[in-house]
Amino acid sequence: MPTPATAGAAYVRRASGPILPPPLLSRGAIAWTRANLFSSPLSCAITLALVAFGLWALPPLIAWATTRAVWSAPDGALCRAHQDGACWAFIAHKLDYLRYGSYPIAERWRVNAVEIVGAALIGWMLWPGVPRRGLGAVLFFVSFPIFAFALLHGVEGVGLPVVDTLLWGGVFVSLATALVGIVFSLPLGVLLALGRRSGLPIVRAMSVVFIEFVRGVPFITVLYMANNMLPLFLPPGWVPDRFIPPLVGTALFSAAYLAEEVRGGLQSLDKGQYEGAMALGLGYWRMTRLVVLPQALTRVIPGIVNIFIGLFKDTTLVAIVAMVDFLAAMDNAFKDTTWGGPTILPTGYFFAALFYFVFCYGMSRYSAAMERRRAVGRAG
Amino acid sequence: MAAQQPSRSSLANDPRVRGIFYQVLLAAALVALVAMGWRNVVANMQARGIPMGFGFWDETAGFNINQSLIDYSALSTYGRAFWVGLLNTLLVGAIGIALATPLGFAVGVARLSPNWILSKVALVYVELMRNTPLLLQLAFWYNAVLKTLPGPRQSLSLGGVVLLNNRGLFLPRPLFGAGSLVVVAALALALLGALAFRWWARRRQALSGERAPVALVALLLVVGLPTLAYFAAGEPIGFSFARPSGFNLSGGLQLYPEFAALTFGLVTYTAGFIAEIVRAGVLSVPKGQSEAAMALGLHRSQTMKLVVVPQALRLIVPPLTSQYLNIVKNSSLAVFIGYPDLVLIFAGTVLNQTHAAVQVMAITMAVYLAISLSVSFALNWFNARDALKGR
Repeated sequence: MPTPATAGAAYVRRASGPILPPPLLSRGAIAWTRANLFSSPLSCAITLALVAFGLWALPPLIAWATTRAVWSAPDGALCRAHQDGACWAFIAHKLDYLRYGSYPIAERWRVNAVEIVGAALIGWMLWPGVPRRGLGAVLFFVSFPIFAFALLHGVEGVGLPVVDTLLWGGVFVSLATALVGIVFSLPLGVLLALGRRSGLPIVRAMSVVFIEFVRGVPFITVLYMANNMLPLFLPPGWVPDRFIPPLVGTALFSAAYLAEEVRGGLQSLDKGQYEGAMALGLGYWRMTRLVVLPQALTRVIPGIVNIFIGLFKDTTLVAIVAMVDFLAAMDNAFKDTTWGGPTILPTGYFFAALFYFVFCYGMSRYSAAMERRRAVGRAG
Repeated sequence: MAAQQPSRSSLANDPRVRGIFYQVLLAAALVALVAMGWRNVVANMQARGIPMGFGFWDETAGFNINQSLIDYSALSTYGRAFWVGLLNTLLVGAIGIALATPLGFAVGVARLSPNWILSKVALVYVELMRNTPLLLQLAFWYNAVLKTLPGPRQSLSLGGVVLLNNRGLFLPRPLFGAGSLVVVAALALALLGALAFRWWARRRQALSGERAPVALVALLLVVGLPTLAYFAAGEPIGFSFARPSGFNLSGGLQLYPEFAALTFGLVTYTAGFIAEIVRAGVLSVPKGQSEAAMALGLHRSQTMKLVVVPQALRLIVPPLTSQYLNIVKNSSLAVFIGYPDLVLIFAGTVLNQTHAAVQVMAITMAVYLAISLSVSFALNWFNARDALKGR
């Protein structure tokens, strides 16, 4: 039945017309290219220059790393003959040393076991949606360090011969240093953050002085200080294992940075949370443990992960106090004269960069994902 | 009142009393720990024959330093060596900051570019720099790049002006003859004149709305006046270029490979972090601000300059300052590649020669702490001046 508006019309279309595709220049590949690559003369010039540069630089680089590389060789002779390709044979040959340092071959299963258990616990603790993540965290922060120390260092009398820390080296020293750093610095950092926000003036002053002092000096000087001065502060006759001072320095250093991160979380908490907890009659420690920290720490997980990335990169500096971390092991491997050649250094650094990049980029992706999850939770 | 409710006012339950009690306990524990540590330090130092005071400061150092901004030789004192190291640290810090800022801003702006390839290239750069250790980058630049360059006879040359070889980077060295002061004075005068013109132009625009070509006039003044003075004074400033002589190069300004690698590594590394700070700062300005500015008829460049950047700076400056401090602190990685900075010379060589670990470490850390704290105070002052005024 015709409506009044169309009553006098000569022609009324009853079926809708065919749906036309959008114009070529507003959707699809061509439009995207126009908008994102050639939107202005300057943009055109940039695109062309970058494409030209990529064509000039990338294929040789990829060929260097793959087709022209030497993949297996008994010694450096073949690599010296192929100077336009990477020498992966060198990495393959040194891989065990890069992973374990001089750790005795028969005992290397212990390193593997610690790494597997550690990876499993980290996955349990950090994977959102896994049941009882809290238990995973407790295991990781309390039981795992003891387990790792017993297995790596060895215990007399139970069939685990002691392996002197002089023999430790490679990837697992890097991982262990970072692990000790985070395991000891997190509780210390939380205490420092609470101290800095405490109402007790002496506690607050001590926390502020410690945090600002450590954050004001370079990590290397902290390592130097731990190495040169810690033995002086101990009673005469006490000689700590040579791994202890740098590990203490690492833990204290990252504790100061973690404290500031945690303080951010504490400050972001609504005042009502404190007031509510106090109204329920909770004392300071119970309020902190049950109400404040669970919320504050969850909020700063991305920040803590970022600090951990920095810590993991900073573990390379422990080489200054004669610890053989992954990068120092690589440096030692360079000194092998049977492999000497112009391609050894670039290959080694390329491989090391790849190693650190995979770890750090993975962690930063995790941190970003957690941030997005939290943003979704807030919006909903 | 206390007499009426004796059970509730027990001193042990008063939070104030408890607070004081715990603090006294903590302070006592700290004092005891420090006293015990100090006793151990004294006993240990005496047992090992380590000097207690700062007497070593005036003793002869006996080692050479290849790069020094002040007169120094092996006959100089440890105190002199300290100043050499400190100045070298500050030199790398200042040059690093001066170069990392523009590079970081450029990469940060490139990340926001509408050009897809450019923003992705900047992204790759940022992720590469941020996710690999600085030490690895420095070792790469120093050992794998600079050390493998050809020798002085086969230098890589940029028009014969800038030479690069395994002895370092050679730049032209300016030579100031008699009358150079006139040129410098002309430059200072031109800068003052440009500032005065800008001030006058702004005042006039505020009063009458008429605009003056500030940029053009300033450029003419700053370039023209010194050039005129240069020729009027009889071309007093010349350049000495590096030229091959024997097996080395002579003349020019030589930047040692250690210095070049450290500065280059620090700049490229820190620029990755600055780029992210700049990006976050610009993105934090609400889109409505730039839309409103364009609706008012401002160009894109004016929108950026007058509306977006001033607001973004408020967010950029604090983390940027901490990156500047990071450059200074990270310059201590010089130790690994042998650049004679404060840590290598003082906390390294001097400490090893004098064994005065406590004194040397205390001085070294005090220096870094003083730098950090003074920058923090300056930043707080800047923030207070620039903070969002309450509405």
